[in-house]
Amino acid sequence: MADEVILLDVDISLFGMRVRVALAEKGIEYEHKIEDLVNKSQLLLEMNPVHKKIPVLIHNKKPICESLIIVQYIDEMWKDKSPLLPSDPYQRAQARFWADFIDKMVYESGIKIWTTKGEEKETGKKEFIENLKLLEGVLGDKHYFGGEEFGYLDVALITFYSWFYAYEAIGEFSIEQHCPKLIEWAKRCMERESVSKSLADPHEIYDFVLILRKKYGIDQ
Amino acid sequence: APLSKQRPIQKTPNSIDQNSEKPRNTIMAEVKLFGCWYSPFSRRVEMALKLKGVEYEYIEEDLSNKSPLLLKYNPIHKKVPVLLHNSKPIAESSVIIEYIDETWEGPSILPKDPYERAMARFWVKFIDEKCSVAMWKAFAIPGEEGEKAKEEAAELLKFVEEEIKGKKFFGGDNIGLVDISANFIGYWFGILQEIAGLELLTKEKYPNLCKWIDGYINDNFVKDNLPAKDKMTQVLKPMAQPGYSGYKPKV
Repeated sequence: MADEVILLDVDISLFGMRVRVALAEKGIEYEHKIEDLVNKSQLLLEMNPVHKKIPVLIHNKKPICESLIIVQYIDEMWKDKSPLLPSDPYQRAQARFWADFIDKMVYESGIKIWTTKGEEKETGKKEFIENLKLLEGVLGDKHYFGGEEFGYLDVALITFYSWFYAYEAIGEFSIEQHCPKLIEWAKRCMERESVSKSLADPHEIYDFVLILRKKYGIDQ
Repeated sequence: APLSKQRPIQKTPNSIDQNSEKPRNTIMAEVKLFGCWYSPFSRRVEMALKLKGVEYEYIEEDLSNKSPLLLKYNPIHKKVPVLLHNSKPIAESSVIIEYIDETWEGPSILPKDPYERAMARFWVKFIDEKCSVAMWKAFAIPGEEGEKAKEEAAELLKFVEEEIKGKKFFGGDNIGLVDISANFIGYWFGILQEIAGLELLTKEKYPNLCKWIDGYINDNFVKDNLPAKDKMTQVLKPMAQPGYSGYKPKV
């Protein structure tokens, strides 16, 4: 029986992009279903009744939700090609710890930059840079976060790169100025087809963010 | 100075997988746990260690006066629990528990099947990040925000109720990752409800979940890993009072 793999997603979601990168790394063919989040499909509501969010991976009719959980599932299910999580348990724990850090701290501070104004926005910027600097320290002199091989933590963070342009334009700052090594790493990752084909266009993301800011009156 | 206590290894209780015939841990490794006796996150890591029969040194942290060692080993979050294995630190309870499951022989904490593993991880994340947060707010925050939290918690608990239906434990016949990680719902929240006079998690509204709670807190293995109710009440009661300025978990 051939595998049926469907991904419910939206183009600009950095969470959805993680799943796309993982699927591409493993060479898995899948049906990419783009959702309209204002008018969610019956399929999405059935497959993720708890959160009603994308991404959702549907593998042979069984849904998996939450991007990092999906990426781990993909890694465990298709374990013969391009392993994403390290083989050593301690290294695995470190990768999971930092991926959790990215979701809690990097994501939250990034949101502050484009959804708030004044002092809260400045705090968001400051925290965002601090958090990226910490990650730069974790990367060190390695080629990837995974070492020689592109891995789980690279997948977790690289999708933010597509959002950097929007953060920088709205926050009026340069990420490269603060974290040059991280930008070098990001450009290395972008040389991988799995990444370059999975990440959304930064200008498209910026346009979307501008529309939302106008809609919610954040830019006033 | 923090207390060092040697916790004894538990005998095999009836809720864990009796089919696991792997030998007891004889690895001469140094395992330390920085914890807090009333923290559900700390207690769940202890449960995981004891399930695997791991000998460890326990170091009690005063959360209002954190030790330099804790701050050294968890500089990012500065929280308990932190596991130290051969001098290498691991923080975040869900990360620690997976590490324990992968490192030591013994009953499986996570399922073996990738899909079941994904489901277990999903429920732990949902319970910790959405459910428990709303439930804590329902207890700790007064006024309109607290009322909203009660409504939210009531809705979210419905999903957990549905998930436990027809099962003895979330892990099936034996306790697993979700059971261990849902200790806040299983035990802590019951005490909070009593203190605050809340009627959120009741048998009428959540019969299956309450049945799980009964089985959970009376299970021989689990109950040895729960802090005493009177002591817990003493710690939790002041947190609901307005003007309380001591340590309070961040929501």
